[in-house]
Amino acid sequence: MAKQIKVSLIGNPNTGKTSVFNLLTGLNQRVGNYPGITVEKKEGVCKLNNGTKAHILDLPGTYSLNASSLDENVVIEVLLNKKNKYFPDVAVVVTDVENLKRNLLLFTQIKDLEIPTILVINMADRMSRKGISLDIPTLEKELDTKIALISARKEQGIEQLKKCIEQYATLSQAPCLDPLSFEPDYFSRLQKAFPNQSLYKLWLVITQDVNFRKVNKQEITIDPDFKIKTESELKRLQQKETIKRYQFINAVLKKGFTIDKSTATGFSAQLDEILTHKVFGYIIFFMILLLIFQAIYGWTSYPMDLIDEGFAWLSETAKANLPSGPFVDLITDGIIPGLGGVVIFIPQIAFLFLLISILEESGYMSRVVFLMDRLMRKFGLSGKSVVPLISGTACAIPAVMATRNIENWKERLITILVVPFTTCAARLPVYLIIISLVIPDEKIGWVFGYQSLTLMFLYLLGFITAVGSAWLLNKILKIKSKSYFVVEMPGYKVPLFKNVAINVIEKTKAFVFDAGKIILAISIVLWVLASFGPNDKFNKAEETVTQQYNDLSEEELENKIASHKLEYSFIGYAGKAIEPIVAPLGYDWKIGIGIISSFAAREVFVGTLATIYSVGSDDEGTIKNKMASEVNLVTGGPLFNLASGLSLLLFYAFAMQCMSTLAIVKRETNGWKWPTIQLVSMSALAYVAALIIYQILK
Amino acid sequence: MKTTIATLRRGQRALIKEITSDNIPLKLLEMGCLPGNEVKLVRTAPFECPMYLVVNGSHLAIRKEIAAQIEVQII
Repeated sequence: MAKQIKVSLIGNPNTGKTSVFNLLTGLNQRVGNYPGITVEKKEGVCKLNNGTKAHILDLPGTYSLNASSLDENVVIEVLLNKKNKYFPDVAVVVTDVENLKRNLLLFTQIKDLEIPTILVINMADRMSRKGISLDIPTLEKELDTKIALISARKEQGIEQLKKCIEQYATLSQAPCLDPLSFEPDYFSRLQKAFPNQSLYKLWLVITQDVNFRKVNKQEITIDPDFKIKTESELKRLQQKETIKRYQFINAVLKKGFTIDKSTATGFSAQLDEILTHKVFGYIIFFMILLLIFQAIYGWTSYPMDLIDEGFAWLSETAKANLPSGPFVDLITDGIIPGLGGVVIFIPQIAFLFLLISILEESGYMSRVVFLMDRLMRKFGLSGKSVVPLISGTACAIPAVMATRNIENWKERLITILVVPFTTCAARLPVYLIIISLVIPDEKIGWVFGYQSLTLMFLYLLGFITAVGSAWLLNKILKIKSKSYFVVEMPGYKVPLFKNVAINVIEKTKAFVFDAGKIILAISIVLWVLASFGPNDKFNKAEETVTQQYNDLSEEELENKIASHKLEYSFIGYAGKAIEPIVAPLGYDWKIGIGIISSFAAREVFVGTLATIYSVGSDDEGTIKNKMASEVNLVTGGPLFNLASGLSLLLFYAFAMQCMSTLAIVKRETNGWKWPTIQLVSMSALAYVAALIIYQILK
Repeated sequence: MKTTIATLRRGQRALIKEITSDNIPLKLLEMGCLPGNEVKLVRTAPFECPMYLVVNGSHLAIRKEIAAQIEVQII
């Protein structure tokens, strides 16, 4: 068997680390999570020329080993613990030639861990434009390692990098700096106490102990005498360390790095003049937002219709060609429509991820953060909350995960709590069918129809509620946290197609599988509950109905039997049981079932109604007709009128009806406290709002 | 009044004199916001917050209250 090399890919954010990873591994990569935490783990395999396989682990982007976030802490866990499954044979540190000085800070830290460390200097294609020249042999000598000068954009230099990885065993493992130079007093005491340990590793364990208190200490145990008591003492030492490292780096770069500013061009600076302008910057941002919404709700309707029809056809074909029986029913009425409910969101989700990853890759997202921070802070949010709030219009799950780079815990928590108010794609089918039922299809003036205005109002309502409740939470929550806010403004770059494509595919896949599992499970449970009943009223439905109505056509009879069965099925009884609770909102037991099943996922609503109103396919036209002819048994009028329709719309706008979101909030906030608060308060708000509007309008 | 990054005018350059406060995030120091380094205020968002700086070759944005804790000397 060929020998395998374990490689860790490390680097600051915005250095093109992911491009290097994609180039080395191609599509031969896997995305998962580190055990127990939700930090994304990317692994891939790269075949080297001598037949060896390199297992490459793409570690989260970090500015240093002084980790302050969960993502960054993973890097330390992997590099510090030799027993870790991922502990590398060789570390590859990716740097950007334009920010070499800052990027080398991390390099010196990794090198000091006494791991063979290859330095990759990326974006070599920008050197001439920026007037940069490098003396690679000198730099290699000063930094005591091999350097690969590459351009991931032009796909140059990768072979050289592969060769460096192949020959990792020849690399020096000597550290760059001696920790004694940071602060002789403290570190010499530490060395005396643990003469056999690497001083820098000891130091990292101590710093992690102050920040996280949970690093795996199997290898090194620290005497309490050396624990640093206060954060400010720790910071003082870390500041000294940082200064010493920069002194070392400056000395190295003086010998091997020259920049001729006269030949440098400032393309990014000129773009910033417009894109971060006090007036134009905002206009451009709102134009981009409009474009995103148009893309998600306009352009994706064609593929979505196709998917919808495709699944209806699949279900029908299966029905026609498979022998009938309960198992086939489960497939045709439970699983296929259930899967269709997930797949239908793929175009929207993929489009949103596409646009967001283009904006992120180009460097524009940091400018949005810069423009919006002041405004968002008024509501207890951060400029960095803008991305989650935009993502939330597709799906709250990636939105909650996108809050990770908000440094301030209070701002991050508030963002997580309010994001589910934004109108996600799953609410759309519910909104569309109810709007078409209760809002007249008429126009005010020439352009605006009542129906589209209602839809726009619902989007605005979601956003206003999110921001308003953020403001309220900011007043209520007593969490002390410092105003940590540092955003790097990377130079503008044309996004690399390969990076964007891989990102879209991975994110969409994750959504489909995560949400898919739950939706699939719910649709099976629903189907079982609707297909079996506790007593004879259910089992003898066919006889009862046939006796009652003997003059109906076969098709009408079948529909009658189905709805009779439903009424006396398990789910029918459950619906009847909750009817007293939902009656004040203007709903009957059938809508009650729709709402209950929606607590798993909102998009289940239309499918549930389809089952309940005994319509075979999910075709909205027929469900709509059925719904329009439903009668409210109390008032005698139509069940879906303006009052009950608006009440339903408000209920869906406010209620926390998504198990997947609750699960992800639980993971991101480390406990059931916040998701429970979210579920209870949002649902209470939904109930009260729906109650008020129905009681006023009825 | 002390001269800090928060009191710089647009386009003005200065040298960082001292960073003493515990409130300065370590990340800022790691990005090169250290005594002796040059800082330039590129622009600010409306109401002067956040502030867009170039420090040590890094382009970054920080909030005004942090900028107000970094003492500088205008050059």
